[in-house]
Amino acid sequence: MRKKQIVAMLLAGGQGSRLGILTSNMAKPAVPFGGKYRIIDFPLSNCVNSDIDTVGVLTQYQPLELNSYIGNGQHWDLDRNSGGVFVLPPFVKGKSGQWYSGTANAIFQNQMFVDQYEPKYVLILSGDHIYKMDYARMLRYHIDQQAGATIAVLQVPMDEAHRFGIMNTDAQGRIYSFEEKPKQPKSNLASMGVYIFDWPMLKRYMQADAEDPSSENDFGHDIIPAMLREGEKLCAYAFDGYWKDVGTIRSLWEANMDLLESPPLLDLYDPKWRIYSRNPIRPPHYISPSASVENCLITEGSEVYGNVEHSILFSGVYVGPGAVVKDSIVMPGARIQAGAKIYKSIIDERAEIGANTIVGDELREGVTVDNSLTGDITLVGYDMEIPDHASLPRGMVATRETLGYLYKKKGGETK
Amino acid sequence: MISNAFGIIYTGGDSMRLKDLAYSRSTAAVPFGGRYRCIDFIMSSMVNSGFTNVGIIAQKNYHSLMDHLGSGKEWDLNRKRDGLFMLPPFVTRDNVGLYRGTVEALKNVSGYVRRSSQRYAFVAGSYTIFNTTFNDMLEQHIKSGAEITIMCNDDGSTERPEDQYEDLRVKVDDNGRVTDMEYNPYHPTSTLRSCNVFLMEKTLLEFLVEEAVAHGKYDLSLDVLMPNVKKLRIYSYLYRGFVARLNSPNSFFASNMALLDHNVREDLFNEEHPIYTKVKDEVPARYGRGARPRNSIVADGCIIEGEVEDSILFRGVQVAKGAKVKNCILMQGTQIQENAELNYAVLDKSVIVQQGRQLSGHETFPLLIRKASMV
Repeated sequence: MRKKQIVAMLLAGGQGSRLGILTSNMAKPAVPFGGKYRIIDFPLSNCVNSDIDTVGVLTQYQPLELNSYIGNGQHWDLDRNSGGVFVLPPFVKGKSGQWYSGTANAIFQNQMFVDQYEPKYVLILSGDHIYKMDYARMLRYHIDQQAGATIAVLQVPMDEAHRFGIMNTDAQGRIYSFEEKPKQPKSNLASMGVYIFDWPMLKRYMQADAEDPSSENDFGHDIIPAMLREGEKLCAYAFDGYWKDVGTIRSLWEANMDLLESPPLLDLYDPKWRIYSRNPIRPPHYISPSASVENCLITEGSEVYGNVEHSILFSGVYVGPGAVVKDSIVMPGARIQAGAKIYKSIIDERAEIGANTIVGDELREGVTVDNSLTGDITLVGYDMEIPDHASLPRGMVATRETLGYLYKKKGGETK
Repeated sequence: MISNAFGIIYTGGDSMRLKDLAYSRSTAAVPFGGRYRCIDFIMSSMVNSGFTNVGIIAQKNYHSLMDHLGSGKEWDLNRKRDGLFMLPPFVTRDNVGLYRGTVEALKNVSGYVRRSSQRYAFVAGSYTIFNTTFNDMLEQHIKSGAEITIMCNDDGSTERPEDQYEDLRVKVDDNGRVTDMEYNPYHPTSTLRSCNVFLMEKTLLEFLVEEAVAHGKYDLSLDVLMPNVKKLRIYSYLYRGFVARLNSPNSFFASNMALLDHNVREDLFNEEHPIYTKVKDEVPARYGRGARPRNSIVADGCIIEGEVEDSILFRGVQVAKGAKVKNCILMQGTQIQENAELNYAVLDKSVIVQQGRQLSGHETFPLLIRKASMV
């Protein structure tokens, strides 16, 4: 196998439970984003655009969607003779074998994969952030600093710093301590979950970590603190572009809406830094004479007969005459029938909203909604069929369970 | 699915009739329908029928065509067994590389035809637009005992088209057997028009080509089919879907605009057999505040802040604030700057219309602006 200077390992195993029903049948990195992308397109495209051509994608939760999405990697130019993209699920070794118990453990279990390429460095990425970043520049910094590990950091507002892993650095950017979600943050440099390690060094620490039964086998929790204790040189690499964690319904919605700002907060138009994805094979979209469309992103295969404002429509979406879609995200193949109103909602793939139904309706008296995950955003689940003239209150999560009463009613009428 | 047929697409025809649209490209590579090239339709029809062996006869200006097709990856034709074959002219002492007709071109690629292992050959042109699969046509061919089957559509008109080009009309008996043919007739007497797809066994094709060449003939319709109407069992296969022929700037314009009709879109972009094309990884189309799109087809990568009505916008078109675009076809990467107004115009790739400029053609004479012009 030809040697590689660097191999990227993308942690895509997270369940993404805070995304609720959006991840009920797919891993978080496979969640659709921005009209035609999925979250994983961003780190994958960053790799390719940074000339990193060998990427391992570590999956374990609901891998089917992600597996079939990545395929042989041709959509990201990662179908290579040497290297390319590989999906790495947990596997059985002899009589043993186990699930990935933590981020570091996932890499530890796939040492053989990385070792094939005998890289000097390994880049660790996670599959739940939206950003454009040149990892090659970070690698140059890592080499120039002669660091054992380099961690990409982002300045966050001080009053939000307690939500992140915070790096405390000296004037030269060397990290002297790391605190996970500190109550009293000493700095506002938050870890972006992007690490470069010297591979031989990382292997030593992972081995020691694996032998420690009390360890959680996590980079932030165990490996980085251990390296700091041993006095390794850890450097912070400052990144100042757009970066957004899309691990919650709220942040996913916000990150989508950021694309509608003028100019968009994340520039997707840079021809030198394309975000690649598996493109739908669909004709261009159609806007009818009765439609009104303002401040939105619409992609191929959609047909718009109604009013769409400040929203994102994925491919193959139908918006019927007189329908209103406002402040919403409508995922691939969803159908909004005539006269339906969608306010501040996320409509998952293939859902169908019946005619004159209101999604994200005012909360009526006496109605209670479990909105612990959603806040004021309404969520309609995958392949759901919402009957005509229904009302889904704001913050509701519409699934077969929560909507059982509507289905019964509809069934009763037809009989 | 058809496993025992291969396709040959002839892209060498006269392209001058499309004027500036084909100035720097073959007709097969002329953009169509917001994100496609003409050839995508016949290629996709073949691939969706199950063909794994497709040869493209290129002749002139084929750079843009090769760039578009690449290795055939988008059509699933990058294969070890068969796949996509680009067949540019092979210039020798006997062959100067300029084909006078399909037969000469087929003679020149006889090596490819000989090596193709499939029994049936579909020979097709590249400027007729439809979306079908050829299963029914092959089935009819076999059942009817035909030696040659011609795919035809019936547009119900015996009027001579204004932009008549390679207009092959057939007359059939009750069984669909062709009894007579007319080529570019001044007074057409049949409404059945060839869609430029001919099906026959490969061995017959090889024989007919050799025969014609030996007699100094070169045209498939005039020299092979017409003289053999009595001798060969030639049948017509009636195709009932949408067919467009890109014979002139006017028909190019009208055929694109036909896509604004829901039924035409349903027919041409059938989800069961999609039309493949080169992927550009464009961003979804973006509509700004104040955008007013109406009755239009818009591809990815567009940024629209002005008014767009009854138009087809290809990938990456920008329409700035205050600009008005009506009855237009704007190809990839055109820019309409602030307060410019366009009516009945066809802008080729990368044309820029500067602030406040006004361009207007007419329904009967859409204004063509050549690639990369600055207005």
